[in-house]
Amino acid sequence: MHVSSRSRLRKAFHSATSLFSLALVLVLVALTCSQPANALPAFARKYGLRCSACHESWPMLNYFGQKFKDNGYQLMNDRDAPIWQNPGYWPVTFRITPIWHRVSTGKVEVDTYAGGVTTGSAIQRISSSGFDLSGLDFHTGGTLEKNISFYLLPSSDSTGAFHFEQVFVRLDNIGHSPWLNVKLGRFELDNLLSEKRILTLTGNGGIYQTYHFIPQGDGNIFGQIGDNQLGLEYMGHSLNDRTRISASLVSSNDGNVNLTLGANSYTGFFAGSQAFDTGRLGVQRIGFYAMAGEAATYYLTSGGVPIAGSGIGNKSFSREGFVGQFYFGPHLDLTVVTQHGSDNVWFGQGYGNAIATDGNGGTTCAGSAGTPGCPPNNVPGSTLPVGSRAPSWNGATFEGHYVYSPQLIFITRYEAERMSQQANGPGYAGVGPTGLLGESPSNLGNISTYTIGFRYNPFMTSRAGLAWHNEYNWLHQDGTGPANPFTGIPTNLNTSELLMGLDFDF
Amino acid sequence: MRTRLRKWTLFMGAAAVLAFPLASRAQLSTYDIQTRIGAESHIGNVTGHAKDAAPPYRRYCVGCHGPLGDGNGENAPYMQPPIYQQPRDFQLGIFKCRSTPTGTLPTDQDLFDAITRGFDRSNMPQWNTLSKQERADLVAWVKHFSPRWVSEKPGTPIQIPPEPEVTAERIKAGREVFARVQCWKCHGVQGMANGPSASTLQDDLGRPIQAFNFTDGSRPKCGDTDQDIYRIFMTGLDGTPMPSFADNIKPEEAWDLVFYLRTFMSQKSKEKEMAKQLALKPVDPNAPAGQQ
Repeated sequence: MHVSSRSRLRKAFHSATSLFSLALVLVLVALTCSQPANALPAFARKYGLRCSACHESWPMLNYFGQKFKDNGYQLMNDRDAPIWQNPGYWPVTFRITPIWHRVSTGKVEVDTYAGGVTTGSAIQRISSSGFDLSGLDFHTGGTLEKNISFYLLPSSDSTGAFHFEQVFVRLDNIGHSPWLNVKLGRFELDNLLSEKRILTLTGNGGIYQTYHFIPQGDGNIFGQIGDNQLGLEYMGHSLNDRTRISASLVSSNDGNVNLTLGANSYTGFFAGSQAFDTGRLGVQRIGFYAMAGEAATYYLTSGGVPIAGSGIGNKSFSREGFVGQFYFGPHLDLTVVTQHGSDNVWFGQGYGNAIATDGNGGTTCAGSAGTPGCPPNNVPGSTLPVGSRAPSWNGATFEGHYVYSPQLIFITRYEAERMSQQANGPGYAGVGPTGLLGESPSNLGNISTYTIGFRYNPFMTSRAGLAWHNEYNWLHQDGTGPANPFTGIPTNLNTSELLMGLDFDF
Repeated sequence: MRTRLRKWTLFMGAAAVLAFPLASRAQLSTYDIQTRIGAESHIGNVTGHAKDAAPPYRRYCVGCHGPLGDGNGENAPYMQPPIYQQPRDFQLGIFKCRSTPTGTLPTDQDLFDAITRGFDRSNMPQWNTLSKQERADLVAWVKHFSPRWVSEKPGTPIQIPPEPEVTAERIKAGREVFARVQCWKCHGVQGMANGPSASTLQDDLGRPIQAFNFTDGSRPKCGDTDQDIYRIFMTGLDGTPMPSFADNIKPEEAWDLVFYLRTFMSQKSKEKEMAKQLALKPVDPNAPAGQQ
């Protein structure tokens, strides 16, 4: 080797070493400079507590934050009523996240061309990346008077189209008892692992699959426990919040306004949990939830088009599972949510969401029920194909956190959804709502997804919040990709998303 | 030249006089505090260690009490009387809610109870969601801020005799105690915190402080059981104008006073019912002693 090239190599080695050292120093500085984190500033400003008091890492609540929420956003210090606040105090927080993300979908059927004319189609991966925005949330919540609390959350998608994500009034501690609280409005169901306080943001990882799983071709959108629902909630808890119970009665419309869906059907949601003090390990919590409801499968029609709000022909569905929040000392925790779900056989054949709402009160289908893109309607005389069965499935979510400090949290999650009974069983004839001929494969629609990420809060005050958010998600679903051109069997679909953003609120 | 020297001496003297109270309140350094990181607390069979409490202190407490425990957290400037009280300065080692005689240090259990119970009408919430171990660690952490815990031992908790049966006579006797020891001077004749001295009250650091209003439905700061109320006036609230009456009120009289104070409170109680039947009138500060 020539001296000059050796010298170049040495220089390069030194440069690499220096860069590595610099990176190491920066990481160490970032780690050692960690301060307590901040959180939803509207409450932090009101009470003068740092957000880390209520949040494991913003926005995920810790046990103290959960108690604060269960008390109706009150510290219970006789200073909760707005009369005690500076008249200039206005309980508003906004939150939005400028991001860069890369989305990659494994198999997409695309047209092929030759000589300027289409020659057919091919399957290929599509990846896109770029700078983007999340939606915008305007959180406003607190107390109207001692023991009367409220929450209002106008929320937009990234284009600025608004809807009311959460609106409720809550009567707290009725009769001076923490066991009697009643809420009316649109609210999140009493899920211990709150999707509205999820620590991940990607399209796939930003929701809990277990909370939204719908079998392929199934028309029941009403069992999504992760969606905010319209109704009434009773909630009670012990003084230290170790014991919690709740029961909700909600309209079976998946939170959609204007009574377009489920005008005559209701769903019950029940949850209970108990926490145990386990010394140095921390406080552990185990609980259960159950959802049981009915939803319409038949809408009166006019000219063949379903009439909004006329839903009848209710059919049943249920979701139930266990929840555990386990702490392994001050830094490590794991939350587990399981679910067994089942839908009536009619839902399995695509009946239910005949109005085809988009989840925000809008409709996605203006044509006649059963026409392409529009779900079927269970009009009188409808029959089910031979071999139709009630779909059922099991799911689980495992979410672990390493909380180095409230300022720096590492997140990992694995979710699995597994069909235990497909809607199109043995002997099923014809093309079902899945678009497939005959009996469905036993694994059709199964989901596995992994998410890893971290959030770092670079500065700390109790006035505003900023998190540098990094996340990677990979999602696999069986049988939902384009059909293999040779065998005709649907392929599996993989999508992934990489996201980096600055999540801020004030 | 001599004049200038005299002026200089006067100036230095004045500076020394002015500096003395400031120096006596001088903040302890991180190093001073760190030397006591081995502090422990004992709550039942749980031993708390200060060295394990830094993460929960940073998470829950530092915003008000500050990194040095001197009550100068980032939010302290916004906690001003009369609506709020400023966060406790742990470096002074002076605590209101104790089971121990006035002037002594509280027990570990007292501090543990304070963390668990929180303080009404302040921004100190009930931290009863924390594990017992975390709270015990925080007690040790609170203790490590003040050198008092090295040089002194906590006082011996006062003895509280068993609570007697409430009777009309006892309520009337309590009224007499209320008049005799002049509770009304601060708390007002009807317990509404509007006595003649109420507006002048200051804590030991010269900050305005309010007397407790028995009638507005709020809970006494150091607990709302009968035993808690008994303890409050028999130990006093150190650092505030509320003295200990242990030398002025006999234990059986103390229970009478507890029953009488209950008659002011808005919550339903046997005492309140009895007072209504007795048609008890508020004490009259202008009447001769013994006839108030």
